[in-house]
Amino acid sequence: MSRVRVLVGTRKGAFILSADGKRENWEVSGPHFAGWEIYHMKGSPADPNRLYASQTSGWFGQVVQRSDDGGKTWIQPGTPPGEPTTGPEGMPKGESNKFVYDVSPASGKPLTTHQWYDGTQHPWEFKRVWHFEPSLRDADTVYAGVEDAALFRSTDGGKSWHELSGLRGHGTGPKWQPGAGGMCLHTIILDPHDSKKIYIAISAAGAFRSDDGGTTWTPINQGLHSQYIPDPKAEVGHCVHHVAMHKSRPGVLFMQKHWDVMRSDNGGDSWHEVSGNLPTDFGFVIDVHAHDPETIYVVPIKSDGEHFPPEGKLRVYRSRTGGNEWEALTRGLPQNDCYVNVLRDAMAIDSLEKCGVYFGTTGGQVYLSADAGDNWKPIVQNLPAVLSVEVQTLP
Amino acid sequence: MIRVVLPSHLRALARTPFEVEIEVAGRPTQRTVLDALESRYPMLCGTIRDHVTKQRRPFLRFFACEEDLTHEEPDAPLPDAVASGAEPLYVIGAIAGG
Repeated sequence: MSRVRVLVGTRKGAFILSADGKRENWEVSGPHFAGWEIYHMKGSPADPNRLYASQTSGWFGQVVQRSDDGGKTWIQPGTPPGEPTTGPEGMPKGESNKFVYDVSPASGKPLTTHQWYDGTQHPWEFKRVWHFEPSLRDADTVYAGVEDAALFRSTDGGKSWHELSGLRGHGTGPKWQPGAGGMCLHTIILDPHDSKKIYIAISAAGAFRSDDGGTTWTPINQGLHSQYIPDPKAEVGHCVHHVAMHKSRPGVLFMQKHWDVMRSDNGGDSWHEVSGNLPTDFGFVIDVHAHDPETIYVVPIKSDGEHFPPEGKLRVYRSRTGGNEWEALTRGLPQNDCYVNVLRDAMAIDSLEKCGVYFGTTGGQVYLSADAGDNWKPIVQNLPAVLSVEVQTLP
Repeated sequence: MIRVVLPSHLRALARTPFEVEIEVAGRPTQRTVLDALESRYPMLCGTIRDHVTKQRRPFLRFFACEEDLTHEEPDAPLPDAVASGAEPLYVIGAIAGG
């Protein structure tokens, strides 16, 4: 029977939730890296036991953790226990947390600056990894979306990282600006049909696409409207919260923006709004059903000023029509006095026949629907605030 | 032999006991002690100082002999008691955020 493994990143450590395909009885492992913020964990599609975790701290900075046994043991890539920690030349081997931005080859100066909160230009400063996206084909290749916004890639299992600097260097950098959570690259989507095509999203710059494996990038934000930007056709500056794609239809993208739920049918070249009858079109997560590419899920949040569900009712909304027509899914979810948030990387969907939908809250609950959203129940209820949720469907 | 006390999160990261002992050639300074510490425990690179600029991370402080050495020059000699191993150099996470 198939199994599922849910990877939960929280404000105070990582947790791994495991169950068989019935998804009724759960084993909880953790906290791993207790006391550290775990922004994101994700498994490699090429080797499901290979996991990457972003461990961060305001005090101690970024640490990259890797597991090769499904989360039982962890190492910082490059310094496995028992191995010499320095190379033959005496230099430290552990550089897995070294994210250094590229500089201009001509001048040796920073590639670009971005807009600061007061409108002045500000240099890029690395803060943390928000998202790991392992390659679909090679367990040693993994992408990292970081704050301040940039895309890095490792091809040696996370031991060393190199920026794909065509993204920051293509010219619009001076117009990017931090959102309330910082200027983060939070979404990375690898096209399963075209290994050269990569989508990323940045808050607050927008969405971008590369058609050549990450060397060059194009902003894909036409059709997005953001009330705080005077120019309705602004190329960048949009606060994209998350983007999702179904593996069977890589040209169709769904976006939860700061306001508005959006859809693109041409790989992001243009977008149109599909918020329809949602009670509010603000929110963070968006995801797609495992087997039906027109069924999508969001969790509406009241507003940017009040980061909790409308009316204190925690409701997932499902559209079976690719947007515009939405139904509230409430069975098993708290329908009064609920004031948690669901952050942008905190929803995931397994690929079992009756697909499971998972999401975590800032109140420390991880909810599961084992029937595609009809009925919900908590797997755990008292974790630290949940930052991210991923699920692996295992044989 | 220089004695260094690390905060608990870094001890867990580097799998060290409460206090570590490291060899430093010549008169020890913040810079030479941290260089030696990072060389012996490379997983600490980037956690106390920035990888490239070697600037101290903002919420970390250095104490020894009941004195705050945080804002001393990186190349200033550490106190005699630290150099002799009589007292440890403390790396401490600042109390911040409530």
